[in-house]
Amino acid sequence: MKNKLISLVLAITLAASLSGCGSQSTEKVNAAESTIELTNVSYDPTRELYAAYNEAFKKHYKDEFGKDIEITQSHGGSGKQALEVANGLEADVVTLALEGDVQVVADAGLIDNGFTSEFDLDSSPYTSTIVFLVRKGNPKKIYDWSDLVRDDVGVITPNPKTSGGAMWNYLAAWYYFEEQGQSEAEILESIRKLYGNVVVLDSGARGATTSFVENKQGDVLLAWENEAFLSLKEYPGEYEIVVPSVSILCQPTVAVVDEVAKKHGTEDAAKEYLNYLYSDEAQEIEAQNFYRPSSKDVYSKYVFSAEGNTITEVPADGKWINDNITLTNIEHFGGWAKARADHFADGANFDQIYEQ
Amino acid sequence: MKRKNIIPGYGLTFGITLTILSLIVVIPLCSLVVFTSRLSLPEFLYTVSRPRVLSGYFVSISTAFIASAVNAVMGFILAWVLVRYDFPGKRFLDGIIELPFALPTAVAGISLTHLTTTNGWVGKFFYDLFGIKIAYTRLGITIALIFIGIPFVVRSVQPVLEKIDIQYEEAAMILGADSRMIFRKVIFPEILPSLISGFTLAFARCIGEYGSVVFIAGNTPYETEIAPLLIMSELQEFDYTAATSIALVMLAIAFVILSVNAVLQSVVSRRISGLA
Amino acid sequence: MELRKNSGAIKWALILLCFVFLAVFLLLPLFYIVITALRDGISGYINAITDEYALKAVWLTVQATLWAVIINTIFGISAAWLLTKYSFRGKKILSTFIDLPVTVSPIIAGLIYVLTFGRQGVLYDYLDPLGIQIIFAVPGIVLATIFVTFPFISRELIPVLTAQGVDEEEAAALMGAGTFTIFRKVTLPHIKWALLYGVVLCTARAMGEFGAVSVLSGHLRGKTNTLPLYIELLYQGYDFTGAFASSSILVVMAVIVLILRLIIEKKGKKELDNKK
Repeated sequence: MKNKLISLVLAITLAASLSGCGSQSTEKVNAAESTIELTNVSYDPTRELYAAYNEAFKKHYKDEFGKDIEITQSHGGSGKQALEVANGLEADVVTLALEGDVQVVADAGLIDNGFTSEFDLDSSPYTSTIVFLVRKGNPKKIYDWSDLVRDDVGVITPNPKTSGGAMWNYLAAWYYFEEQGQSEAEILESIRKLYGNVVVLDSGARGATTSFVENKQGDVLLAWENEAFLSLKEYPGEYEIVVPSVSILCQPTVAVVDEVAKKHGTEDAAKEYLNYLYSDEAQEIEAQNFYRPSSKDVYSKYVFSAEGNTITEVPADGKWINDNITLTNIEHFGGWAKARADHFADGANFDQIYEQ
Repeated sequence: MKRKNIIPGYGLTFGITLTILSLIVVIPLCSLVVFTSRLSLPEFLYTVSRPRVLSGYFVSISTAFIASAVNAVMGFILAWVLVRYDFPGKRFLDGIIELPFALPTAVAGISLTHLTTTNGWVGKFFYDLFGIKIAYTRLGITIALIFIGIPFVVRSVQPVLEKIDIQYEEAAMILGADSRMIFRKVIFPEILPSLISGFTLAFARCIGEYGSVVFIAGNTPYETEIAPLLIMSELQEFDYTAATSIALVMLAIAFVILSVNAVLQSVVSRRISGLA
Repeated sequence: MELRKNSGAIKWALILLCFVFLAVFLLLPLFYIVITALRDGISGYINAITDEYALKAVWLTVQATLWAVIINTIFGISAAWLLTKYSFRGKKILSTFIDLPVTVSPIIAGLIYVLTFGRQGVLYDYLDPLGIQIIFAVPGIVLATIFVTFPFISRELIPVLTAQGVDEEEAAALMGAGTFTIFRKVTLPHIKWALLYGVVLCTARAMGEFGAVSVLSGHLRGKTNTLPLYIELLYQGYDFTGAFASSSILVVMAVIVLILRLIIEKKGKKELDNKK
């Protein structure tokens, strides 16, 4: 009996150590064959996009270069992902929510400077914006940013301190109140009111969507346009998108992580991976996943034909882009470094609105 | 008491213990100190005493304390029931105590959140009847922490309770003590050390809990923002030293709690043996 | 015996209280997971748990758990032996350090390895040229898992070894037995059940670890996603059925482990009775 137990423990031990070696050796075999492995570290809402794009790219790469390519995805909060790459997560390419996060990787010495001009259009092949997602029939009559500061409205938005998307939300709101001619003190007061209405301040964009959609918290979700459409698609007839009068042009930034790609010998493949995001095929995939494509031709194919600023369902013809919106951009706030220092750093505006 | 020990293996076990302990615990913990030491003392003090950080400690510590107190009472009752009574389903009850250990904290957090929002099975009931919101409040955090802490008290009290000789109680009864008195004078002192150690372990564990709490907390600054989340958000801002400073304070809190426990243990056991 | 009969009403009230408490806090979340997992029918459930990435995540979790159990068993036995068979300076400090990991926030546990082995850490410059990747790879996950379960086995062994004393080992040593012989013939039979119980606890906790692993995994799909991380990934991808289905794998694993625990306990008790 005793011996049996001991031998059982030993057997497990052996199996475990073998399994450890086993998994390492299979990785090496893969590397030895001519399969190229790329790791793409991205932010939260792009899962569906890159799942589709990777398939298309694999095929394209095989046709063009005759080689198989494997892509490993990693998704998470944009800032957290940037930090992990800066800390040694071996990503060949990063496709993050904002330029500021890519800058963090560059600051760690992993990306050569000038990455925003490495690819077309500031290295952002697709863009998005911030819209409102409300419950069916818009029971609280929420049509624009001014409605978000009403006492009876519960708002869901993630924490700008931990989420890239949330920074865009915050800046878009700021821009609206600025456009209303408010002074800086008044804007701060409005923002304070808005965040006073926040029911759940999740740590990431996906968490916020879940709180709103699955746990039914709050009356309005400030969301990435692509997230909002995805909710519309996943829960038909339960939600409506309200496009506010102004918002912000969100430019997710892509970059090759030069140091890592050099080490892996994957520079060319990585460059091709990001370049192909601008191809017509990829632009179509982006548009189908509710990102605003940068190609004018593809863009015009998807422009919304109906009237009004409320979208109750994903248009049957697939034309979803609402052009009737004024978009500001990060330049208005003096670029990411300044926007971060003014609004999101310790003790800056965002911290102030929570001080009593 | 001091004498030369003749059991062999001192060098061997000392070596293994110290090597693994250093590699896994001590050296990594040192890097926390190294990173924090990049700040000067006033900077460090400022970083760890900002109002928002203070409120984070407060939320973490207060909810953890309440949760552990609930667990101390319930854990004791559970241990008592499991040791002293026979009833159908006892094995089952005994078997599921460790469930919180095995269930990933994130899964626990997600399902507890779903259950306790104003639309959840439990949350709806409380909201409709009493107007009490559970998820996204401190109450929700406390609930998640109670879940996490259940096994600690039960499993430290249970073995001690099992060992108490029933003869003492019978003797006390023959001497005319009523059951309340027996409990106070005979049973309670015996199990007090284990109750304290179960409570402190649960308490320390709950202060640092992240996975389950982050889903149910709502994360509103000054209201339901816990200290571990602050560490995460400092990291997100790429402020390593601030993150490690807060981490260091939390580590110190854990260390103090463990030391207080060690002191209490020796005080309590000395008093008991003094009485005997 | 009489003592127990006396408190009939209280007995059943307490038992009821325990059942209600555990039902609300432990079984309800579990039940909720199962119900949600089956929301899309059996075939949806089967699809979810046989997904390629789900299986890879299960495999990684099993691997990390086994490593944690092995290292902690070696460490636990040697630390327990060291702390109970010899007296030496610094014993209290050593034992506090061994307990510390349970009380350290999982976030901090992950953070310290990132600080030690990350690009900012001291060791990175030495390890990187050798091609050794610790964090954002399997070794880091294993390390974090070992950390959070660090004292589980030694804590189970220490009370047993303390109670047993050193007489038998001393006698064996006097008769000229070596370390391993003493351990195998004298000590192991005493601690066998406690050891297995510790292993079970360690396994349970290691499978479910989320916070610490989440900080240093890098979330590479199919490579460094453990089952709890994979569940979070699905949950955030609107795949609630998939998330809860994968959770149910962990629930099943946990239940198996807990059943093992009951069997071990039963066997241990039987053996004890036989001896008497």
